[in-house]
Amino acid sequence: MTLIETILFGAAAAFVVTSLVGVYRVVQGPTMPDRVIAINVIGSNVVIVIAVLGAAIGEPGALDIALVYALLNFLLSIAVSKFSVERGGVL
Amino acid sequence: MTPREIAVLLLAAGGVFFAVVAVVGLVRLPDLYTRAHSTSKSETLGAVLALGAVALSVDLGLSTIKAVLLLVFMFITNPTAAHAITRAAAEQGIEPWTTDEEEP
Repeated sequence: MTLIETILFGAAAAFVVTSLVGVYRVVQGPTMPDRVIAINVIGSNVVIVIAVLGAAIGEPGALDIALVYALLNFLLSIAVSKFSVERGGVL
Repeated sequence: MTPREIAVLLLAAGGVFFAVVAVVGLVRLPDLYTRAHSTSKSETLGAVLALGAVALSVDLGLSTIKAVLLLVFMFITNPTAAHAITRAAAEQGIEPWTTDEEEP
């Protein structure tokens, strides 16, 4: 295992740990937008983990998956914020 | 260590650092708007740094272009999503946290 692979695996493990800490706010969060923000952070972390692991194991197809996951993550945030207010006047 | 390894190490360490800052802010800060403030900026910078490390560590070519596209996409959409969520929360009537409520 080369040094770059070691660095990338370590970074991926750290991002997974931060995502698991963020689950606390999803469970605990007093209001609904708190949970949406926590889910957004976890989704961003998952995108990074997919890209980093794809680079670490030498699988460039994982970048496509990460790109689609980032699009879905953004779509989730916009959709929730648009449909949780009366007339959807966000952005 | 080659310069490329040093650059990947620095970028990955910076990305992990800012992700940890974002999650600490998400768990510790008192209200929705401060949490959004913490996560939108720190998480975006952490994502940009980590994806920069990915772009440096993959083979030069189409994969580099995809990693840079992903970086630019995260850089644009992450603050936009946080802005949309907080604006929806403000329209729902969630009050910002102030120090006056703490005092009896």
